[in-house]
Amino acid sequence: MATTLTPILSDVWDKDRSWTLDAYTEHARGYEALRTALGRTPDEIVTTVKDSGLRGRGGAGFPTGMKWGFLPKPDGGPRYLVVNADESEPGTCKDTPLMYANPHSLVEGVVITSYAIGCNHAFIYIRGEIVHVYRRVLKAVADAYAAGHLGKDIHGSGFDLDVTVHSGAGAYICGEETALLDSLEGRRGQPRLKPPFPAVAGLYARPTVVNNVESIASVPAIVLNGARWFADMGTEKSTGFGFFSLSGHVTRPGQFEAPLGITLRELLDMAGGVREGHELKFWTPGGSSTPIFTAEHLDVPLDFEAVGAAGSMLGTRALQVFDETTSVVRAVLRWTEFYAHESCGKCTPCREGTFWMKQVLRRIEAGQGTAQDIDTLLDTCDNILGRSFCALGDGATSPVSSAIKYFRSEFEAGMTTPAWELFPYERSTVFAEVQA
Amino acid sequence: MAYDPQVRERLVTDAQQIIARYPQDRSALLPMLHLVQSEDGYVSPDGITLCAELLDLTAAEVSAVATFYTQYKRHPNGEYTVGVCTNTLCAVMGGDQIFSELSSHLGVGHDETTDDGRITLEKLECNAACDFAPVVMVNWEFFDDQTPSSATTLVDEIAAGRDVVPTRGASKVCTFKQVSRVLAGFDDGLADSGGGANGASLEGLRLSRENDWRAPVPGSDSSTSTRKEA
Repeated sequence: MATTLTPILSDVWDKDRSWTLDAYTEHARGYEALRTALGRTPDEIVTTVKDSGLRGRGGAGFPTGMKWGFLPKPDGGPRYLVVNADESEPGTCKDTPLMYANPHSLVEGVVITSYAIGCNHAFIYIRGEIVHVYRRVLKAVADAYAAGHLGKDIHGSGFDLDVTVHSGAGAYICGEETALLDSLEGRRGQPRLKPPFPAVAGLYARPTVVNNVESIASVPAIVLNGARWFADMGTEKSTGFGFFSLSGHVTRPGQFEAPLGITLRELLDMAGGVREGHELKFWTPGGSSTPIFTAEHLDVPLDFEAVGAAGSMLGTRALQVFDETTSVVRAVLRWTEFYAHESCGKCTPCREGTFWMKQVLRRIEAGQGTAQDIDTLLDTCDNILGRSFCALGDGATSPVSSAIKYFRSEFEAGMTTPAWELFPYERSTVFAEVQA
Repeated sequence: MAYDPQVRERLVTDAQQIIARYPQDRSALLPMLHLVQSEDGYVSPDGITLCAELLDLTAAEVSAVATFYTQYKRHPNGEYTVGVCTNTLCAVMGGDQIFSELSSHLGVGHDETTDDGRITLEKLECNAACDFAPVVMVNWEFFDDQTPSSATTLVDEIAAGRDVVPTRGASKVCTFKQVSRVLAGFDDGLADSGGGANGASLEGLRLSRENDWRAPVPGSDSSTSTRKEA
């Protein structure tokens, strides 16, 4: 049987005023999981999440329950939960609609998680460029306080929790967990050298769990329905459900909540295929930092293991689809310009490497590449990959090296012919047909 | 120039509220810089001095933070920031054409403001709405599925002083200063305005409803499981 969708977090999105506490309570058994959780011990909750197999939905896929389990034993001092809502990876657009249409699933997840890890002050760090999402999460937190789901002695359990909703100010790097922590401490968002990991020395050098929005929002459903229910979805090592975000040259782009292990072929079928009259050229499985795939990867199960075995990463399940009108050189140049712009500058290989790759790619796009340029790019990638504090530099090499692997001839063509002549850019636009 | 005493008092009161949200004062710096922008329309020298004073930092330390983040403006910003996503996906889908159309229409380039102080035009990095590409943001509210002509109409409306309504967002777009105050963490009462999920956000859910696809029921046996063999 073909895989079908499993609306769980998105299930209330089509309800009237779905973002409100009333809608969440009425249509999604809102805050029932919290009451269930408060009736168990924190350790039991950690065990449930471990048993579910939930892996981080922010890209890296680290087992969530294990991350919680890494916190040292309580020493009487504070421990923190920080939700990474700085969704910025190019192609990634799942946490934003989730917080917009169902912010209470996140807030409920925050309360349960905080209870499980012994945290009394949690933070939700939202990128500053999505103001209405920020408003709604701020309101959801205020309404949760008013309903007694937050604050002192929550539902008579003796458990106290305050939540601060914090707005970022525009910096991709703050999606990296230690840069996010520095930013939340009121500093430039630059990654820290690890170890120590945040579990040991995170926010204010105290034990801290940093989790993605979707990971935390998945916790109430796991508590309510059980670890087994979650683990029965997906694949053996990539359990559960997640959002698959289709964008680009597809007939009906959008959010598809499905078990892990679904394929792009299945998702494309649901989305009406590549736009009419065109065919798939390349795609990203999980955002721009994951090596690109081509039509030969249509049947790769979109789970952590299979995507990894095929030479990329599941990342954030941000499936950016490009058809045959698209210049891969142009696409890679633009991503490289992005990484160069967003590199925080702390580590030389990333700061200088992205800057120079940008220069080389610009001349290839303009048809003025040299015979050495492809080698220079690959050599630069070698000198960035694994040589910086965080994964931004690694991510910057993914589009470059994977595009050269699959489309080397297009880079070679850039020694003589501009990309915009080989692939007239207006043909790629959504309004190309309308104008023709 | 320094803030006049009443303005200063108001800002200090707000800043103290922000500081109270955090276990350590310095964490208040980012929201306080948003607060400064809500007053001055950019991160002004007065604002930097005030933040430094209240957080026991040097002005250099505050400036170092302010210059790291793209939402903090070093020159007075227009009343409306019109940002066009030109990251790869939006650019390919038409963002580049939209930006160049708006740039010639308004007579300003990236990070430049029209003479009347109304509009600041920007190229944006990915704004997490790729399924609605090409995307334009006005003061950080979504204008999805844009074309050069829809975007031109949009900026004409703004230039003419009319309210504009996002395709997903509040019931209207607030000014740069008003939005900056929200980002400093002050509720403006608009959270419940505007609609819910729409368009591409609902595509998967629409299909699920049509085909009666649901999440598995807890406790159901493995024959109804969606689990695939690895």
